[in-house]
Amino acid sequence: MDPVLLLLLVLLGFMLAGSLIAVETRDLLSSVICVGAVGFGTSLVFLLLGAPDLALTQVVVEILVLVVLVRVVITRRDETHATSRATLPVGLVLLALGVMAAIVFGTLATGEDEGLTMRPFGDPLLNEQAEASVMAPAGEKAPEGAPARMPKSAGGAFLAHGLSESQGSRGTGAANYVMGILLDYRAYDTLGEATVVFVAVLGVYAVLRKVGRSRHAGNESDR
Amino acid sequence: MQGMSPIVKNMTRLVAGFIVLFGVYIVLYGHMTPGGGFAGGVILAGGLALVVLAFGEEFARKALTHEAAKTADSIGAMLFLLIALLGYAGGVFFTNLLPVGEVGKLFSAGIIAPCNIAIGIKVGAGLFGVFVALAVFRRAGAGSSTGMIEG
Amino acid sequence: MTLAMAPYMLAFLIFVVGLYAIVAKRNLIKVIVGLLILDYAANLLLVLVGYRTPAEGAPVAPILVGGAEKAADLAASAVDPLPQALVLTSIVIGLSVTALVVALAIRLHEKYGTFDTGLMRNLKG
Repeated sequence: MDPVLLLLLVLLGFMLAGSLIAVETRDLLSSVICVGAVGFGTSLVFLLLGAPDLALTQVVVEILVLVVLVRVVITRRDETHATSRATLPVGLVLLALGVMAAIVFGTLATGEDEGLTMRPFGDPLLNEQAEASVMAPAGEKAPEGAPARMPKSAGGAFLAHGLSESQGSRGTGAANYVMGILLDYRAYDTLGEATVVFVAVLGVYAVLRKVGRSRHAGNESDR
Repeated sequence: MQGMSPIVKNMTRLVAGFIVLFGVYIVLYGHMTPGGGFAGGVILAGGLALVVLAFGEEFARKALTHEAAKTADSIGAMLFLLIALLGYAGGVFFTNLLPVGEVGKLFSAGIIAPCNIAIGIKVGAGLFGVFVALAVFRRAGAGSSTGMIEG
Repeated sequence: MTLAMAPYMLAFLIFVVGLYAIVAKRNLIKVIVGLLILDYAANLLLVLVGYRTPAEGAPVAPILVGGAEKAADLAASAVDPLPQALVLTSIVIGLSVTALVVALAIRLHEKYGTFDTGLMRNLKG
């Protein structure tokens, strides 16, 4: 058995146990700390899967989330959590969600159609290549000078031609391919992401600010 | 929130500069090594958050205010949009105008390095502002705080 | 069901645990915890899909080390950079969304003195 797969399964089992404890424990502080453990497990999995960018980002994000959540939980006593019940019967919810997950996963994993199935772990479309004539648009021939075999997936095409000038691609020149995609090929996504972060920050200020709220002081219940 | 003990304050004085320096390095070398604007920005925010936590609310009101964070956030966003709009000089939005250069050198990859800097400023300032808002904007009667962890 | 599908299955299970916390828990902190777990599981699934075992050699991160002439070797053995780029934005968006939800929870706690949504409803705010 592949050692990477084995280590991955151990880490994922750790994360599953951590998330179960985080959801089911009575104490809010343990819950928050367990979700921190799940986050660091995610970071380790990213490192294992060859994504150091993601591992780095996940670690620092996790630390920030953990600091904020622990502060919130520690400084705000909540005596009611020990008695609070679940909104719905636990068994019913678990059954429904389990059936949902089984259907979605079963469709993805065991479908017969070539285009819709999830390929087995470790063998994505990236591993496949096709004749250049197959990849050309319908009714057209492959362009002059195209290699005989081309990658089938977008990620493969970027890995093959994204770095330097070749076959009509200008090339990003970024040794970190992830940054090349993020800020050159798909910079629109990054602009949208920056907008989302900006709006979320504005939302936090709007929810937490004190300015402007004192005018409603006459109406106590409105505070 | 009056700040933590002298031990924490002194350690913060020693360490905070290196954390911020590491964040700047991650941002500047994002196009060659793992990292980039997002990770570097969050590291910058984390370093500044450490300073605010160690030195307390008064320090946050004076030196590292959320108004400054807001300004820096807006500047970062504007810078990113400006780089995107400058692409119109080459035809379309987000054209990579600058020379690509040699792969693996610091001055390479065209607009990716300036974009990383803009995003680093934006994400770092935005998340630091959020942190200050969450940690420092406290109102009287905001929960029955235990007084145990007031630092 | 082969062993090669097991990582996806575990990621789905973690996803379901997060979804369960959001649907069934009354405590706002538990709901935030569920949201975080959901976020991790979705990111994890995307990155798992991009992993590959190349025909020869070990898989490497999609970062070029040592000049442009090594690019062809890297293209033959690197994992897929596309899901990584998408997940990188997703992580930061998840962080900012978490901050917004935490801010809302703090405001609700200021108003009602509890994180329990059931008790909030009884108070008729």
